Amino acid sequence: MTPFDYARAGEVAEALRHGTAPGAAYLGGGTNLVDLMREGIARPDRLIDVTGLSTTIEERADGGLLIGAGVRNTALAEHPAVRQRYPMLARAILAGASAQIRNMATVGGNLLQRTRCFYFYDVDGARCNKREPGSGCDAQDGFNRIHAVLGASDACVATHPSDMCVALAALDATVHVAGPQGSRSLPFTDLHRLPGDRPDQDTVLAAGELITAVELAPLSFGANATYRKMRDRASYAFALISVAAAVEMDGDRIADLRIAFGGVAHKPWRATKAEAALRGGPATQQAFLDAAAAEFADARPLRDNAFKPALAGRALAAVLGALTTGDVA
Amino acid sequence: MSIVDTAKQAAQGLLQSAMEKLVPLAPDSWIPGGVPDPLIARKHGLIGKPVSRLDGALKVSGGAHFSAEHRFDGMVYASLAYSTIARGRIVAIDSAEAQAAPGVVLVMTHHNAPRMAAPALFGSSPTAVGASDLPILQDDRIHWNGQPVACILAETQEQADHAVSLLRVTYAPEPATTTLEGAKANGIEPGVFMGGPLENTIGDAEGAFASAAHKVDHTYRTPRHNHNPIEPHAATLAWIGDELVIHDASQMVSQQAQTIGEVFGLKPEQVHLTSPYVGGGFGSKGLWDHQIIAAAAARLSGRPVRIALSREGVYRIVGGRTLTEQRVAIGACADGTFQALIHTGLTVITPHNAMPEPFILGTQSAYAAPNLLLKVEATRMDLLTNTFMRAPGEAVGTFALESAIDEMAVELGIDPVELRIRNEPEKDPTSGLPFSSRHIVEAWRQGAARFGWDQRSPVPGARQEGEWRTGMGCATGTYPYYRMPGAEARITLTRDGDTVRAKVEVAAAEMGMGTATTTAIVAAERLGLPIEAIEVGYGDSAIPGAIMAGGSQQTAAIGAAVIAAHTALVDELLALAGNDSPLAGLSADEVGSDEGGLAKLDEPGRRESYASILARAQRDSVTATKAGSAPLELMHWSMHSYSAVFCEVRVNAVTGETRVSRVLGAFDCGRILNPKTATSQFRGGIIMGLGMALMEETMVDDRSGRIMNPSLAEYHLPVHLDVPEIDVIWTDIADPHTPMGAHGIGEIGITGVAAAVANAVYNATGKRVRDLPITLDRLI
Ligand SMILES: Cc1cc2nc3c(=O)[nH]c(=O)nc-3n(C[C@H](O)[C@H](O)[C@H](O)COP(=O)(O)OP(=O)(O)OC[C@H]3O[C@@H](n4cnc5c(N)ncnc54)[C@H](O)[C@@H]3O)c2cc1C
Repeated sequence: MTPFDYARAGEVAEALRHGTAPGAAYLGGGTNLVDLMREGIARPDRLIDVTGLSTTIEERADGGLLIGAGVRNTALAEHPAVRQRYPMLARAILAGASAQIRNMATVGGNLLQRTRCFYFYDVDGARCNKREPGSGCDAQDGFNRIHAVLGASDACVATHPSDMCVALAALDATVHVAGPQGSRSLPFTDLHRLPGDRPDQDTVLAAGELITAVELAPLSFGANATYRKMRDRASYAFALISVAAAVEMDGDRIADLRIAFGGVAHKPWRATKAEAALRGGPATQQAFLDAAAAEFADARPLRDNAFKPALAGRALAAVLGALTTGDVA
Repeated sequence: MSIVDTAKQAAQGLLQSAMEKLVPLAPDSWIPGGVPDPLIARKHGLIGKPVSRLDGALKVSGGAHFSAEHRFDGMVYASLAYSTIARGRIVAIDSAEAQAAPGVVLVMTHHNAPRMAAPALFGSSPTAVGASDLPILQDDRIHWNGQPVACILAETQEQADHAVSLLRVTYAPEPATTTLEGAKANGIEPGVFMGGPLENTIGDAEGAFASAAHKVDHTYRTPRHNHNPIEPHAATLAWIGDELVIHDASQMVSQQAQTIGEVFGLKPEQVHLTSPYVGGGFGSKGLWDHQIIAAAAARLSGRPVRIALSREGVYRIVGGRTLTEQRVAIGACADGTFQALIHTGLTVITPHNAMPEPFILGTQSAYAAPNLLLKVEATRMDLLTNTFMRAPGEAVGTFALESAIDEMAVELGIDPVELRIRNEPEKDPTSGLPFSSRHIVEAWRQGAARFGWDQRSPVPGARQEGEWRTGMGCATGTYPYYRMPGAEARITLTRDGDTVRAKVEVAAAEMGMGTATTTAIVAAERLGLPIEAIEVGYGDSAIPGAIMAGGSQQTAAIGAAVIAAHTALVDELLALAGNDSPLAGLSADEVGSDEGGLAKLDEPGRRESYASILARAQRDSVTATKAGSAPLELMHWSMHSYSAVFCEVRVNAVTGETRVSRVLGAFDCGRILNPKTATSQFRGGIIMGLGMALMEETMVDDRSGRIMNPSLAEYHLPVHLDVPEIDVIWTDIADPHTPMGAHGIGEIGITGVAAAVANAVYNATGKRVRDLPITLDRLI
């Protein structure tokens, strides 16, 4: 690990003052960043601890929630409003990592955690365009069972690993950001990028920009929702595929719904094509499978991950089957 | 690890030269007609009672110091740089920046490392335990991706790690064999294990198979597995004068000291290696490059060194279990009796080691079949040397064999438990020897009843609740009884007034399995003293003899050595007792230990306490040291532990995810000495088997020969949620031909488990997975 300084920010302006300096990085729970520093992937010379900032969860007048970037993952998952109105989010968080890691991890850090691609992690031994732009991608023809099938590029086939973010993508969340140029807000689904030829940039944030909060819009049918994660062991493993879904029925037709997938792309994948295919239509297994097929029509499987589109489709059909019949576990 | 051949060679040598003299002199249980160990008959003592580990309190309170917790004054910390190519040369190492980094004391590469001999390869002599025979930091050659190329010493671990990241190594790569296809094209050779060919041919197996009424014939594959003991490998060491003192984590203490000594040209007494606590070994806590590099760096820098490998470091330089491709073909009659059993295949070794995974060992004595063909072949790849891992051979061999038995049960429409019992051999099918103690049928019957095997539907996919399909499977586990020569025990009785304490010293290793506790239990019984009066010394190369915690043989090796030392002690005591003792005139075989003293065996009233004997002789203590007798039992009997493993799985019909919901192991392993530690051993082995079945796989990129998942985040081991209730029962039938009637129990637990899981998955889904691990993509 490269030697570094550490400072704790007491307020946003102070964080920004330090955080915009070259070589600085914001520190949340450190569960990802410290690992990356140990591996030599991240080499900040200054850490600005922002865990003291924005640690509250506020009710909004419109029925939404404003979640501070410093809120710990555990606290968010346990919050009564989240459990009642956005159970998909609580389940997504609890499906991730371990209790110890969730106790440390913050909302801001969870959003900006980096990929688990094996080649990204191997600083000494592998080529990776995300880690070192222009060096090449050893994952394209290597071990890529955990990699993307949608929206990837020749430069990068990595996935975003977060569970929580899949729920946030489905929930039409908004991200509030403070930066040297002032504050701004952006739709959560615009935060993460597809790799294109700049896979080193995971998000659209500029250097020094600080996430201050994530806001959830009210969702009338948010309680009829779930998150399902498929993985190689029962706990403490990243998703091979995950599905977040919420459904509102009108008789035997689907009035409205939200769907997002994890484990399929460089960003949490909001399934707009599948949503459009199903909205207003019948809630049949065939319709669900067809909608998934539409979403994955452009899938480009790699050597080891050809199972992903089919698994995503089966999982979507099972999840929607349960949500449309009021049979959620 | 299979030391059976070494043991047999030793025994054979003895036999040829001195069998006639030996037999009457050694009426041990291991000679036909010999007297079973008297402790077998003793039912009221500590043996067989659940005794907590004597070191448990020390461990939970932090009082047990592991290898990386020792300190020396002036100690520095080591960090290693690992190669990033599989084969070739180091062209240059630019260390200027590293040299200048804060705290750096030494940068050692092949340019300035002291000249050292290559470690002697495991098995090349009785004490040689080198994982490979490659020289370490002696030249510019690279032999595997991950090989240490430099060691940096610094005042703190963080400084050393940081300095390593500043090294710039330039390589000239050369073509390397890193694909299995490439290795096969280079050549396939017969597998040779511990000096013997891995091949058995009885009758005409291919001919009998071809003409059999019912056949199964399939290929099963198991991937590479890495060692993941909770304690990463570490050593803290110093040169004190011309003595090398090493606090190591070792399961082969004396042998390791000897091999290291040879590397540095030292006399055996110049190396003092201690290893009282080992945080898990499973075959991996032996001699690897790190101890030798640390000792060299300590010599070069004149400072004591602690080297503690990172988890990645363990993956780069500590080998694991190699891959296998196994064919199992069975030909059977309609009534289920086997006519032909073929178990052959390929495993991978490296150019510099000799450890083909001996997957046929369990098959050699498993089933009655008049025609047998068993053979292991090997091919070589330019990778980190592979090594022993819990039940080497049997762990993966039973996956193939016991899956095939299940396939034959389906083919014949016979219950798989019944099919196994129908093919139960009367004597060892390959060696022809009688079994010393084989009660596998009892284990099957007891296990099936307790598990509720009769609830299983023979029709696959018959049970589904919601998305989950439930299935049951079973398999036989097996692991041989071994006893390696070389074990010695030293027993010292010390008198303090009327009380006597005993110290029992054995050069054994305690890796957390409870060896020290079991040794104390057995010694207390043998000496007729309370367990509180027993102190066990172990894990120290200064103790005479050499005992390896491997091959599940340590308990037997210690047991036999303690028997021998006890006999010698009785001799000493009788000599000291003299003519005024009630024991006067008796010989050693007429007396036994009992209630703090010696008593005439058939006249227990005629006795004298140890305290009284020592007091009259005006002695404070008496010591006897003796080696265990040669492992002759292996010449006379086919000796094995067995298990019947039952498993229930749930497989998700939508996602293909498999969750194990119940496991039961019914074990036939001789007499169980300490039910508490034995249960943990069985359960731990079964959990490791679940990992092998469902998730473990070392990902070696075949373009680079590099391990791509060198961490516990990406190399999946079972977590708590993956481990269901595990029920463990045992027959507890003593083997009359072993010390204490016991068998080794450390490795049997993992065997059979992967097949039981795979067979249960088949029963749940109708899908037969023949390649491990059984991940969800193989089931949808
Ligand atoms: C073994 C293991 C298993 C895991 N398994 C899972 C899993 O199954 N599912 C899952 O979703 N996650 C998993 N995780 C990842 C875990 O969720 C993340 O590590 C965690 O959410 C990161 O949060 P943190 O606060 O610790 O971030 P940090 O490590 O502190 O920071 C991560 C990044 O965010 C930046 N950052 C932090 N806060 C801010 C802010 N306010 N504004 C701008 N930038 C900021 C940092 O500079 C850094 O780049 C796992 C992690 C580990 C180590």
